[in-house]
Amino acid sequence: MKRGIAGSLESNDALITVKESDKLTITVKSIVYDFFHKQIEKVIRDTLKELGVEKIDVVCEDKGALDYTIKARLIVAVKKMEASE
Amino acid sequence: MKNVLGRFVPEGYEPFAGSGAYKDKKRIIIQEKKTSRGFEKLSSISQMFDRLGIKDGMTLSFHHHLRNGDFVLNMVAEEIKRRNLKNIKLAPSSIFPNNRILAELIENGNVTEIYTDYVNGPVAEAISRGKLKGMCVMHTHGGRPMAIESGALHIDVAILAVPAVDKDGNGTGTVGDSACGSLGYAESDLKYADKVVFVTDTLIDKAENPQLDGKYVDYVLKVDAIGDPKGIVSGTTKITKDPVGLKIARNTVKLLEELGLIEEGLSMQTGAGGTSLAVAYYVRNRMLEKGIKGSFASGGITGYFTDMLEEGLFKELYDVQCFDLKAVQSIGKNSAHHAMSGSRYANPYDDNVVDKLDFVILGATEIDLDFNVNVTTDSHGMIMGGSGGHSDTAHGAKVTVITTNLVKSRLPIIKEKVTTVTTPGEDVDVLVTERGIAINPRRQDLLERVKGSKLPIVPIEKLLEAAHKITGVPEKLKQSDKPVGVVVYRDGTVIDTIYKIREEGK
Repeated sequence: MKRGIAGSLESNDALITVKESDKLTITVKSIVYDFFHKQIEKVIRDTLKELGVEKIDVVCEDKGALDYTIKARLIVAVKKMEASE
Repeated sequence: MKNVLGRFVPEGYEPFAGSGAYKDKKRIIIQEKKTSRGFEKLSSISQMFDRLGIKDGMTLSFHHHLRNGDFVLNMVAEEIKRRNLKNIKLAPSSIFPNNRILAELIENGNVTEIYTDYVNGPVAEAISRGKLKGMCVMHTHGGRPMAIESGALHIDVAILAVPAVDKDGNGTGTVGDSACGSLGYAESDLKYADKVVFVTDTLIDKAENPQLDGKYVDYVLKVDAIGDPKGIVSGTTKITKDPVGLKIARNTVKLLEELGLIEEGLSMQTGAGGTSLAVAYYVRNRMLEKGIKGSFASGGITGYFTDMLEEGLFKELYDVQCFDLKAVQSIGKNSAHHAMSGSRYANPYDDNVVDKLDFVILGATEIDLDFNVNVTTDSHGMIMGGSGGHSDTAHGAKVTVITTNLVKSRLPIIKEKVTTVTTPGEDVDVLVTERGIAINPRRQDLLERVKGSKLPIVPIEKLLEAAHKITGVPEKLKQSDKPVGVVVYRDGTVIDTIYKIREEGK
């Protein structure tokens, strides 16, 4: 199965793992879950829309990353998935 | 009932009425313990329990000078567990991650009340999860001696780790395998506990200038080791390398200069965090450039301050606890490096050192638009610290400066309202962040002084906006309504309540 990983578990970063899927699933684990999980999910949805990806499995392990970091990690993870064999 | 800050105060506690309210009350001092020269030697922890009749419901106290390297509290905890004693009240001046056995004792109902100035690690988590049957009462470093001397905190047995004890029962922290320097937080326990035990690993002939007077000691117990000296060094005792932290420190020193605080005779205190130490270092450089000398520095002392003493930049150091081994060495050899008691340091009713400070540099887990500071819980409400000397020094110093990053791991440090109030905003004067400096509007005198300054001075609301622009607006977290502890201000009143954390969320 095609998959892509980007990011890290360092402070202020996020590790994003994406896998091919026949539906859209987004899982967010975050040290700031109580405060920002809706916002993190929104960034992921918005970014996928920009990329034109509708069905994918996204797991975001967040260590307090800002929106632009999450977006960048997600874009790279998706590109890596698409490029993988 | 609510206190003057609008914070809930549980039944049976007196509400906080302002940081100067203690002046309207009289100091209460109970009779010091009956003293007798001569003490009895004990051979084991178990024998200590038998000989002293340590039983269910008693209050046992400890100091935290061996910090995360302390063995003594854990030895006693093991014995409580072995004997399955119940409803023990513990009053250690602080609790560290290495005291994790207490979490088990809390769960089992062996320990049901805790009185402390600071707690982090597994024990803090157990308390926050509501495992403690009674309350966790969190004092300040100055409020604890006040509570003890007034009888509000009655101690049945003080079990004090002492690095070396001499033939007359005098105790010192400057020699021995577990030398930790000043034993300031043990002094009130020594004078006012019903019974006092010194636990040591080093017996000496004669202690020079002993900090703990042997006349109060009832028992001495020699063990193999009271602690691991490496553990006494606190988490951060080095200057930060983070460019953001360094920028904050530089701007802090520029501001201090504009406020006229870097002058001949200055007195100061900083915490041992990386940014605070960077402030100390930049103050040192300015003092050398200007050719001025300070009067004193106080607090938990680090090697940065002992260097400044040795360079002649301070006349004296007042040291309630040594934060690193360099400070331990200095207190043994420099006569101007004085050990002081917790009471002398910060008891509101004592002739204390904090009231003589020109400025203090402190940290914050959260600070709000009223300048209230939280160093007790994180933003989830989980206990991760406590005042220590935060609210004592903030009240005493002429100018109190909080230094912090605007955002840490996406969480804005500035809130509309802090989760838990440790130090009231009336005692907090300046906030320095990497995005600007906010001065408390209560201090019009300071605002007047910095008029025309090139420093980025802005209202605190602007800093909150700047933080939200970076992070987004965090969702409001509703706390549970089950109190697990109280934050006791230095005068014995309750400034805020600590609640059981909600388990949902990740």
